[in-house]
Amino acid sequence: MGPSVTSVGAPHGAPIEQSPYGIQSKKLAMWLFIIADTMTFAACLVAYGFVRNGASDWPRPFHSIVNVALMTFILLTSSLTMLFALRSAKAEDKPGAFRWIMITAAAGILFALLHIREWLALIHEGMTLFKNPWGTGLFGASFFSITGLHLTHVTCGVIALIVVGVRYRGGRYNADDIEVLGLYWHFVDLVWMFVVPFVYLLNLAH
Amino acid sequence: MPTAERKSDGIKNDLVVYVCLLALAGLQFVIAYQHIDASHMFLRMLAVAIVEAGLAVMFFMHLWTEKRGFVLFVLIFTIFVLLGMQFGWTDSFRMVSGAPFSK
Repeated sequence: MGPSVTSVGAPHGAPIEQSPYGIQSKKLAMWLFIIADTMTFAACLVAYGFVRNGASDWPRPFHSIVNVALMTFILLTSSLTMLFALRSAKAEDKPGAFRWIMITAAAGILFALLHIREWLALIHEGMTLFKNPWGTGLFGASFFSITGLHLTHVTCGVIALIVVGVRYRGGRYNADDIEVLGLYWHFVDLVWMFVVPFVYLLNLAH
Repeated sequence: MPTAERKSDGIKNDLVVYVCLLALAGLQFVIAYQHIDASHMFLRMLAVAIVEAGLAVMFFMHLWTEKRGFVLFVLIFTIFVLLGMQFGWTDSFRMVSGAPFSK
């Protein structure tokens, strides 16, 4: 059996455990956060499915897919620009990486604005957390909670992109930090892949 | 391989995965307009979403390049808990049929 502890790099010579699975601790921490957050979103979607099954008058209020298709395209594209940022950072192209990070943040802001516009349109039609003109009031609660949780993640991601991008340009962060942030941003994109079909497309008015 | 060449190859791979994800997302919109019942539509969309998520996790999040032990840890732990959440579906269908709580 190999050594399980090492004192290399430890402050005051104290032994520290080697990183599990041989990856950086901050990257491991982000993966653990992503796993935990997956459970949060999965629980929300399962609860949504539960009340949707149980309601006889579940509304189908979405008449157009244009907005949600555009939002999906923007978020998927922002994942690609985040990958470009990481590749530039690993190639030590600091201005290029910063530019791609800011493009990703701009895409996130655009996504959030489209999302808020959609919310406002639904609110204008009379939909609130507890009631709507089309059917059971549970629809508003589940729609706003799931999409709101996702929008919160996007907002936090945009703030993180700007902060990490600026600090990366200033030399305080490196390519590893971009990679960890990229994991979070791709996760936000991944969640949207489940939100779109279940919350929007299954509730499309035919 | 020089850094620039490696970066160019990497970008090519990223673009391929991106196009696949766009196509799969488009497929979900096509499924939404099929004249099939809701349960079939749900299953088809779920299947496409799982493939999308798999591509994103493996290639965009680079899980594929991590150690095998870590890949297994993430996948087994996540899938186990996600499956564990599915125990209540029968109860949701009981609500549709309007059966009393005790049944």
